[in-house]
Amino acid sequence: MKITLFVPCFVDQLFPSVGISAVRIFEKLGHNVDFKESIICCGQPAFNAGYWDEARGIAARVLKALSGQDPVVVPSGSCGAMIRNFYPELFKNTPEAEAAAQLARRTFEFSSFLVDQLGVRDLGSRFPAKVTFHDGCHGLRELNVKRQPRQLLEHVRDLTLLEMEDQTSCCGFGGMFAVKFPMISTAMGETKAASALETGAEYLVSNDSSCLMHLQGLLSRQKQKLKTIHLAEVLASS
Amino acid sequence: MLSSFAAKFNTRATRLTADLEHRAKIRSALRSYEKARDEKKALFQDWEAARDGAATIKWEAVNHLDAYLVRFVEKLEARGTKVFWASNAQEARDYIVALAKEKGARSIIKSKTMTSEEIHLNDSLRQAGYEVVESDLGEFIVQLREEAPYHLVFPAMHLTRTEISDLFHEKLHSAPTDNPEQLTMIARRELRLKYLRADIGISGANFGIAETGMISITENEGNARLTTALPRVHVALMGIEKVIPKLSDLALFLPMLATAGTGQQITCYNSLIGGPRQPDEPDGPAEFHLVLLDNGRTQLLADAEQRDALHCIRCGACLNVCPIFRNVGGHTYATTYQGPIGSVITPHLRGLMDWKHLSYASSLCGACTEVCPVKIDLHHHLLHNRRNAVARNPDRWERFAFRAFARLTANPGLLDKLVRLSRPFLPLVRAARQIMPPPIKGWLASRELPAIALRSFRNYWKSR
Repeated sequence: MKITLFVPCFVDQLFPSVGISAVRIFEKLGHNVDFKESIICCGQPAFNAGYWDEARGIAARVLKALSGQDPVVVPSGSCGAMIRNFYPELFKNTPEAEAAAQLARRTFEFSSFLVDQLGVRDLGSRFPAKVTFHDGCHGLRELNVKRQPRQLLEHVRDLTLLEMEDQTSCCGFGGMFAVKFPMISTAMGETKAASALETGAEYLVSNDSSCLMHLQGLLSRQKQKLKTIHLAEVLASS
Repeated sequence: MLSSFAAKFNTRATRLTADLEHRAKIRSALRSYEKARDEKKALFQDWEAARDGAATIKWEAVNHLDAYLVRFVEKLEARGTKVFWASNAQEARDYIVALAKEKGARSIIKSKTMTSEEIHLNDSLRQAGYEVVESDLGEFIVQLREEAPYHLVFPAMHLTRTEISDLFHEKLHSAPTDNPEQLTMIARRELRLKYLRADIGISGANFGIAETGMISITENEGNARLTTALPRVHVALMGIEKVIPKLSDLALFLPMLATAGTGQQITCYNSLIGGPRQPDEPDGPAEFHLVLLDNGRTQLLADAEQRDALHCIRCGACLNVCPIFRNVGGHTYATTYQGPIGSVITPHLRGLMDWKHLSYASSLCGACTEVCPVKIDLHHHLLHNRRNAVARNPDRWERFAFRAFARLTANPGLLDKLVRLSRPFLPLVRAARQIMPPPIKGWLASRELPAIALRSFRNYWKSR
């Protein structure tokens, strides 16, 4: 199958190994990976800030670049939800409405694509460590992704999954929220980081690098040893 | 430019989020609620189906409000209720103050009603010379402290037993105790006298039943029953959106409100009131007045996108799960209705440009929408409020930044090069964080910046 990988801007620039891991995983499974160099952002920052005209400008290019029938996989619940759930709303009553709905139907978050679309659980990966998993809110509540990452982690050799208290509570990133209301974002992040630390895990895994960027920033400042890592990177380890 | 409300929100939020004792207090206060709520939810055969059912009933009621309200009022009037339609807070206040004057009242007792907080009724009545006493224990406590309710269901949840004891000691000269029963008894002794003295009892209404013309009041302390039964005159204040079609709808809504609101299967007292004392009845108030309040609700009704916000049964479930509420606390909002529902509706009730900051003060995590028993699309409405605020009056700098960013994303290669070029300057940014623009300074106050990768994904892709 040909799979188009949508690599969100911050993954592209800050966490390229997440994208590279996803490519390796799909290729290992025998699929053809495609990447569109003409697009870099889904438009969510502008959309969430209320600048829907500007967001539409960015999203229209994504629609065009991702036309066709191939499934689009996003290694981020947040950007995945933007395309899958919010593009149809953003393009409602515009000439692109049909294209947006069509793209939404074949866009998937990375872990749910592996489990629900490809029917894969065991990737033959090995990751000898204690980990805890953080559900990114957009993946969790916009896309209902909760069991899939855990099903994948269960099959990773030598990995121990330790669930944290209040596992579904928000980490406090929230895009622009993190810098518009840094005090609230930080308080939420501290609560989340404390829950993760309490598990005694060595790695904090998530299917969203944006949450991890925020949490790693806090953990590094606090000089904690707990390291953050994206699910794709764990699954690509052997 | 920040509105003065937004500036105050930021100041208070900065103080409260740094207050670790406050954070722990709210967390522990909600822990027992969470446990009880989940236990009671499990008693429903299918909680999700119950939510669907409740949302359907509320949708029906709200979308045919004109018909249901008329039916509701006709039944009430037929039994001698005086109904007053108040377009705004002023009209509602004026009606109630004039009524107190007409009745020669001196003392007024109240049971819990957030709608009266919305119209600042207590202030008007006190200014007009009446004694006004809150009879709900939590409301009684915050009234003694001369502050607004902290939470729309748990008005005094921010206070420890010791703080309440100190307050009672100071204001009521009671002996110090941290025993909850003894604290309740102190308040009860004080309140019993007030019930007997009161000329008017003011209540809210949780539901208005169109079919039978009755208001339904949910409570746990019996105070609403005394407030509505003992004084000669009972005044109920009710938002027009509280009407539901049928009496049997309560079979769903009473346990649902109790479950979502306080983690109870059903609250201790539920009263139905359909009018003043009837000729064949031995007791009850001689007069029953119902004040139906619009105060911006019809504007929300006109907004098809956010109309479902009128489904709200004021259970407070969205506050309890909201990580923003749990960190900034109820008073920081400075609104009648705190938490996600308050952030959604306050811009409609009190002006979008003054209150849009509440819609931005959210990570859009969606925990509120997930728990809302009547399925209000809360966190998406925060997005809608943001879009509407920008459409009305965009921040020029922000719009410039997003336009520039949109332009840049048309040329990913250039964006990639710019980010790579900025890489050597990161340590400099970190060192000079005090003089950086707010977004960077805000991030760096508590967090390290992520490293910029030596090679971006697109570079890797090109070189494959």
